[in-house]
Amino acid sequence: MRNLLVFINKYNAFFLFVIFEIFSLVIYVKYNSFQRATYINTTNEVTGTLYGRVSELNSYLDLKNVNDSLATENARLRNTLKSSYYADTLAKRTVTDSAYKQQYTYTEARVINNSVNKRNNYITIQKGSKDGIVKGMGVISSTGVVGKIVYTTEHLSLVQSLLHKDAKVSAMLADTKDIGSLIWGDDLNPRKGLLTDVPNHVKPHIGQWVVTSTYSDLYPAGIPLGKVTNLHAKGGGFFLNMEVNFSVDFSKLQYVYVVNNKLALERAGLEAQEKQDE
Amino acid sequence: MSRVLIFNLIRFAVLVLLQAFLLKNISLYNLSVPYLYILFILLLPFETPNLLLFLLSFVLGITIDAFYDTPGLHAAACVVLAFVRVLFISITVQKDGFDNEPEPTLGNMGFRWFFTYAAVLILFHHFFLFNLEVFRLSELQYTLLRFLSSSVFTLFLVLISSFLFYRRKER
Repeated sequence: MRNLLVFINKYNAFFLFVIFEIFSLVIYVKYNSFQRATYINTTNEVTGTLYGRVSELNSYLDLKNVNDSLATENARLRNTLKSSYYADTLAKRTVTDSAYKQQYTYTEARVINNSVNKRNNYITIQKGSKDGIVKGMGVISSTGVVGKIVYTTEHLSLVQSLLHKDAKVSAMLADTKDIGSLIWGDDLNPRKGLLTDVPNHVKPHIGQWVVTSTYSDLYPAGIPLGKVTNLHAKGGGFFLNMEVNFSVDFSKLQYVYVVNNKLALERAGLEAQEKQDE
Repeated sequence: MSRVLIFNLIRFAVLVLLQAFLLKNISLYNLSVPYLYILFILLLPFETPNLLLFLLSFVLGITIDAFYDTPGLHAAACVVLAFVRVLFISITVQKDGFDNEPEPTLGNMGFRWFFTYAAVLILFHHFFLFNLEVFRLSELQYTLLRFLSSSVFTLFLVLISSFLFYRRKER
């Protein structure tokens, strides 16, 4: 027994190394499998507040760009207003159209932490469960799709950005409506994604817009994802793969919108029936 | 003694804040990412007990993890770093030399020793960090490129900051 203690004492560095290493790896692996159910991340009190402060400072320095993008978006939205169309019929009447019910609502949120140069990137935003945000909602910005919510606390939420190993968005080519799915490319370039699984008969061309498809339950259809830049991306097999330039500049995100699809629950319930049916 | 403690506490706070708010946003060509915070472990005094050394490395790693959203990743890499540090120092430094050279700084140990020390420790730390982060071999070439370019960047910053706070050994 005494010899054992002497032995352990002599090589104590090694044993300490093993103990701490196992401890770290357990945390690392556990966090990976339990979907970030841990407090060691940027949504906790201390780091969340610190990031909030610094982001406030940064947002002042970037006000000009934010104003520009908001002005552009305002102009675009103004274009879609009823009042910006003139009626070419003589008789004018107002119709309360009960055929339209709101399906999507948007909550705006400020980005307080962001990264683009890791293998898996996350964004922290300053809206949480108190503002009605739940796990699984989609997140877009004024220029296109950003990602989806993976974890919320009372005041903050964590967004899995498109720049993530597991990110996959149902997409389509804007003018021909051919469906594919958009993932982040293997070369980890924060400006480029990969549109995969497009049927072989499709003839895409460079510069074509890629938008969210009608199948997606996170985003409204037609939200821009990016433009096709290269038709001959590697891989694919029986399907076409093409390179897409993201329309969102992830490194400059300041404000995002969280999308609440009011029919998401209903749809999930309906599609669960399908599995029972089989 | 308390002076050493206070110096190290300040160093810890400054390096963590620097890493989380400045260096986190820097990356060259999306390849080279500096991790200067490990300078804290490099500069701990020679006579730090092993238990304290590992504990501090772990705490430093987990603090960085909290800012990077990667629980355990930096902690694991820092513990590896601490182990390599123990081995490296036991091989290259005589035990009785500790009295007049309490800390492994550039001024105390000379450029050649410090350069080798920093390079070896940084290489181990970054190699472990990048491979654990990716956790697959299919992107090996890209990971190695990231690892090497980041190591060079970090080593550069470590040397710059060492020269910035250079103090010649008083003899």
